[in-house]
Amino acid sequence: MKSQSQSGFVPIEQLIAAPRPRHWQTVEQYEALARGGSEEYCEAEDTPLDEVSRRRFLQLAAASFAFAGITGCTRQPPESILPYVTEPENVVPGRPKYYATAIPVGPMAQGVIVESHLGRPTKVEGNPAHPASLGASSVHSQASVLDLYDPDRATVITSLGQQRSWEEFRLALTNLLGPVQTRGGGGLHILTGSVASPTLGAQLQAVLKSLPNAKWHQYDAAGPHGARGGANLAFGRPVNTMYRFDQASVILSLDADFLVTGEPSTRYAHDFAARRVRGNRLDMNRLYVVESTMTATGGKADQRLPLQYSEVEQFTRTLGETVGVPNVTAASNARYSEWLGAVAKDLAAHRGSSIVIPGAHQSPAVHALAHAINAQLGNIGNTVVYTDPLEQEPTDEVASIGELAQALRENQVELLLILGANPAYDAPADLGFPEILSRAKTSVLVSLHSNETAEWMTWQIPESHPLESWGDARAYDGTVSIVQPLIETLYESRSPIEILDAVLNPPGRSGYDIVRAYWQGKSGRNDFEAWWRKSVCNGVIENSALPLITPALATNWAAKLPNVPQQQGIEIVFRPDPYMYDGRFANNTWLQELPQPMTKLTWDNAVYLSSATAKRLGIAAQHRVELSLRGRTVEGSVWILPGQPDDTVSVHLGWGRTRSGRAGNGAGFNAYRLRTSDAMWTAPDLQIRLVGGTFPLATTQLVQSMEGRALMISDTVDRYRSDPDFVKKMTKDPPDGLSLYPKWNYTGHAWGMSIDLTKCVNCNACVVACQAENNIPVVGKDQVLNRRAMHWIRIDTYYEGDIANPRGMYQPVPCMQCEDAPCELVCPVQATNHSVDGLNDMVYNRCVGTRFCSNNCPYKVRRFNFTLYEDWVTESIKLQRNPDVTVRSRGVMEKCTYCVQRIREAEIYAQVDDKGLPDGTIQTACQQACPTQAIIFGDINQPDSHVRKLKEEKLDYELLGELNTRPRTTYLAELRNPHAETEQA
Amino acid sequence: MPQFFPRTANSIIRLALLAAVVAIATIAWLGALFVRSPYEMGQQTPRNQPVPFSHQHHVGGLGIDCRYCHTTVEKSSFANIPPTHTCMNCHSEMWAVAPVLKTVRQSYRTGKSIDWLRVHDLPDFVYFNHAIHVHKGIGCETCHGRVDRMPLTWQANSLTMNWCLNCHRHPEDFVRPREHVFDMDYTPPRDQKELGAKLVREYRIQRLTSCSTCHR
Repeated sequence: MKSQSQSGFVPIEQLIAAPRPRHWQTVEQYEALARGGSEEYCEAEDTPLDEVSRRRFLQLAAASFAFAGITGCTRQPPESILPYVTEPENVVPGRPKYYATAIPVGPMAQGVIVESHLGRPTKVEGNPAHPASLGASSVHSQASVLDLYDPDRATVITSLGQQRSWEEFRLALTNLLGPVQTRGGGGLHILTGSVASPTLGAQLQAVLKSLPNAKWHQYDAAGPHGARGGANLAFGRPVNTMYRFDQASVILSLDADFLVTGEPSTRYAHDFAARRVRGNRLDMNRLYVVESTMTATGGKADQRLPLQYSEVEQFTRTLGETVGVPNVTAASNARYSEWLGAVAKDLAAHRGSSIVIPGAHQSPAVHALAHAINAQLGNIGNTVVYTDPLEQEPTDEVASIGELAQALRENQVELLLILGANPAYDAPADLGFPEILSRAKTSVLVSLHSNETAEWMTWQIPESHPLESWGDARAYDGTVSIVQPLIETLYESRSPIEILDAVLNPPGRSGYDIVRAYWQGKSGRNDFEAWWRKSVCNGVIENSALPLITPALATNWAAKLPNVPQQQGIEIVFRPDPYMYDGRFANNTWLQELPQPMTKLTWDNAVYLSSATAKRLGIAAQHRVELSLRGRTVEGSVWILPGQPDDTVSVHLGWGRTRSGRAGNGAGFNAYRLRTSDAMWTAPDLQIRLVGGTFPLATTQLVQSMEGRALMISDTVDRYRSDPDFVKKMTKDPPDGLSLYPKWNYTGHAWGMSIDLTKCVNCNACVVACQAENNIPVVGKDQVLNRRAMHWIRIDTYYEGDIANPRGMYQPVPCMQCEDAPCELVCPVQATNHSVDGLNDMVYNRCVGTRFCSNNCPYKVRRFNFTLYEDWVTESIKLQRNPDVTVRSRGVMEKCTYCVQRIREAEIYAQVDDKGLPDGTIQTACQQACPTQAIIFGDINQPDSHVRKLKEEKLDYELLGELNTRPRTTYLAELRNPHAETEQA
Repeated sequence: MPQFFPRTANSIIRLALLAAVVAIATIAWLGALFVRSPYEMGQQTPRNQPVPFSHQHHVGGLGIDCRYCHTTVEKSSFANIPPTHTCMNCHSEMWAVAPVLKTVRQSYRTGKSIDWLRVHDLPDFVYFNHAIHVHKGIGCETCHGRVDRMPLTWQANSLTMNWCLNCHRHPEDFVRPREHVFDMDYTPPRDQKELGAKLVREYRIQRLTSCSTCHR
C-alpha cells in the first residue's frame, strides 16, 4: 500500500474535522443522540404532489422530450418603446433613483431609502442617516414594498357593497357630521392604532378641540402595553425607555426578544453586536436571558434560564431585593436562586454599564421593577435613558378599546371612524367584537385591505400605503422622518391624514399640503422652504429626537406593586409574531414564507410546547390540539420548541386571518380568540385536548440539516484567549494540488465574503432583502413541505445542549462561490461557469434543468424552479421586480451570485465616471440589510479591504473546507462569554 | 422457414438507415442555419413606425449628432428614445403642419407617448450597457451600421451571442479613438491592428467573456 505522502491522496475521513460536536437540529435528532445513536435520522416521507402512474410518467416524459426542442423555436414578440412626451428633469432611463422616506410599523418607524426605477419603487434599504436604521433594515421595511403591490389590497371606495366615489363619500360625511357637530362631537368615535405621527396626532387633537364630546380610542393589539403600565407604576407618568447596548457590558433580558422582535431591534442588534466584538473580541459583553419561550435572543444568550411568564415577575422581585432596591422583598426560589445570585453579582460588578431590559409584553410590575433595578445599578443616564413618550397621547389601550366596546353596546355611537385598525380581528375576545360593530349607526373603515372589520362597516375607504402617501413618523428615539410617496396612489386610496383633513377642513387638502402646512407652523422657520427640502431629502428632521429626561421614581411605587401571580396549571403566553406583528402583514407572502427564527416554520403558527410537557401530555409534533381557556377554544397544530419552559404553551398572534387576502387567509390559527382584556399576554389554567389527527407544518429545517458535521464552530472567549488558534486546529485544510483541474488565476478583482457568526442574531432581514433584490419567488406551503423553498440565503439554526435549555446557533448560508466548484464541473450544457473574478455564474437561459449541479453541491444552496413559481400574470406584482435581474421561469436552476448585478453595475459606472472602486462601494443585498454587519463583502485581492482583514483573522474557517471546494465565503467562528459561576449554577 | 426478404434487402435497409441519419443531420443543419439567418434575426428589414422617421434625413442630411436625441447613451445602459418634446423643438417651427408629423403633434397635445417599434431587441436575459461601450471607444456605427443611410431604421447586425463574443474576444479589431465614436463615416485605418492594440491598453479594455458580464 502506498503511503499518504507518496500519492498525495488523503482519505476524506481524515479531512473531516476530528472532534465532532454533538449538534442537533430537530427533536428527532436530539432523541437519537440522547439514546446514544448517531445524528442520522429519518426524514419525514415525501408528500407526493399528485398521483402519477409509472406509465403516465413515461408518456409525459417522452412527450416533454419530444416537444422540448420546439420551445427553442419561439420568436421574440415585437416590443414597443414608449418614450416620455416631456421628460422629467434628472430622469435617466436605466439608472434608478433613490428617495428617503420612513416605514412605520405600529408607533415606531424606520428610516429607509427606496430604489425607484422610472417611478416604480422596487427595493427598500435602510437610511444610514436614520438612528433606527443606520443603513440596515428590518424584515418589515424590506417586505413593505410587496405590501404596496399586494394584488389583494382594497381598491375602491365601497358602501354596503356598492362602489362609490370620493365625492359621494365626502357628501355623506358632511351629512353625517352635521348632527354630530351640533352635539359638540357627541356620538363621534375615532379608533386608531398607537399614534406617534406628529401630523396625525395634531389632527386628532384638533378634532377633539373642535368637537369636545368626540372620543378618540387607540388600540394596537401587539403594542407595549406592559411597558406603558410599568412606567406609570414606577414614575407615575408615561415615558419612552431607550437602551444603549453599545455601552453595556452585562445585559439581563427579562423575557425581551430585543435583538429580533419589535422595531428598535434593528438598532439594538447593531449596538449589541458592535459591543460584543470590542477589543478584538477579547472584551466581550455578556447576555443573560430569562424567558418564557425560546426566542432568537434567548438562543444567542451566554446564559439562559427558561421560566414561566409568572415566574419572571417573581424572579425580578428577587433580583430587585438582591441588588438592594428599597422596599422590595420576595421569597427566594431554590430552583434559580444560585443562578440569580451570580447574575446579580455580575450586574453589580458592572454598575453603570449594565442593562436590565424587560419584554414589552411583560407585566407592568416587571417593568417597574426593572426601572428601579436599573436605577439601583446606576444605569440610568448611562445605558438606560428616558424621553417623553413617542405617542401623541399615551393611553391604556386595553381600557381604551373597552370604552369603545361599551359605547357600542350602549348604542351611543353615531359615527365610528376606524383608521387603520382591525378590531373585528384583534380586539380582546371578551368585548363582543365584531358583532357590536353593527351597533354603530354609521361606520367608516380606512384600511389597506378589505379586512375582517370591513364586513361590519357602512363605508370602506382604501388606505394609501406609506410608499404612496405623505405623512410623518417617529423613530424609537423620537426622531421625525417625513414620509414621502414614491409613486402615485395605485388605487382610489386615501391616507388617514387626508381623511381627517376632510373631517376638519372640508373638502380636504392633499397629503402633501397637510404635512407641509403642519411643519411650516411647527418649525417656525424663516427659511422654511430650504429646511423642508433638506428634511424630506435626508429622510430625517435634524435635531428632532426627543430630549432626554430623568424621571424620578414615585415615592411609594413599591407599595403599589400587585401581588406576585401564582402559577396554576399550564400557562399560555401570547406573543406578537416576529414577522406578522399583530397580523397586518398576513398577506405578505415574503413574510409568510420566511422561516421563523428558532423553528424554521413557514406559512403557519403553532402551539409551542416543551419536550417534557408534550411527553407528559402524550402529544407529539404536528398533532392537532384544542386549546381552551375560560370557555374559549381554538385549534392548532403542535410544535416542540427546544428551550421552552415546562407547562407553558406559547402562541404567536397575527395568524388565522379570514379576510387578509389570498395568501394570509387560513394560514395558522387565530390566537386572539383566547385573549381577553384582563389576560392580554398570559393566562393560567389552559386546557389542552388532543382532537385527533395531525396537521402538517412546513419547516425548512429538516431539509437543510447538514448531517451533524462540524459546520458551525462555536466556543467560549476564554478558550480563544488561551488558545487563539483553536479554530485552525479543529479544521484541516486539504493539501494543494488535490484537484485534477488547473488552478484559477485571479488578476483583477476576487470577490469574497466573510460572515461573522458572533454577530448573527437570526433576524432573517438578509433573507427578505435577498428575495426582494433578486426576484425570488415564493412557492407556497405545499412546496415548502416538498422541500422546494427558493431562498438563496438561509439561516441554519442549530441547537446544542440539553433540550430543556439548549444554546441556539445561527449560520447564514448563501452560495459559497467555490474556487473549485463541484457544480460547475457537472453541468452538461455549461450553464454554470466560473467568472474571471471568482463567482460561480449561473446562466438561466442556458439551463435545461438536469439538476446535476444541485446534486453535486455540498452546501445545497442551489434552488430549482420545479414549476412556474414566479407570478408571470399579476400586473401589480410585476411592478416590484428588479429590472436588473432576470425573472426565472420553470425548469431553471438559480442561486446566489453575490448580487452580481450590483457588482457589474458598479464596475461599469466606476469606469464610465473614471473613478475607482474603493472597498465598501459594492454591498450585497444581504450585507446591506444586516443590522449587525455580520456579513461583509469585498475584494480579497485588495490588500487593505475589510473582507480580507476578516479572512486573515484566526477565527476564520471554511464551511466543509475539507471537501477542497475552496469557498470564497468563509465564516468567523462564534465566540460566547458564559459566566463561570452561573455555568455551574 | 423460407426466406422472406432477398439478400439485397440488407443493403437497402443499411442505405435507408444511412439516408435517415444524413437526412436528420441535414435538417438539423439547415434548421441551425435558418435560425441564424439574417431573415430570422430580422436583419436588414426596415421596420414600419408610427412616424416614418428617417435617420438618413436627420443624421445624413442635417448632420444632427446622435446625442441630440439619444441623450443618455453616455451615462446609462439605455440609450433613450427622445421624448416628443425633442421632436417639437424643431417641428413646432419647421414642417409644423406637415401631415406626416400628425402623430407627433397629437402625442404632444394629448400627452400620450408615441408607440415606437423596437428595432434592436435583445432578449430580456441579456444586460447590455451603452455607456461602457461608448466610453471604451466602440462606435455607434460598429453595431448599428450606417444609420445615416437608413430612411427607415433596420437592424444591421445579427446581435447573436457569437457576434457579441467576436468583439469581446478581439476588441482590438473594432475599437476606435473616443473622438470618433459618434462618426458615421469613420473608416478604420490600415494599421487598425496596431491602433487597436494601443487603444485597448490606453482605454483599459478587458476581454470580458464571463457569463455574468451580460447574463444576470
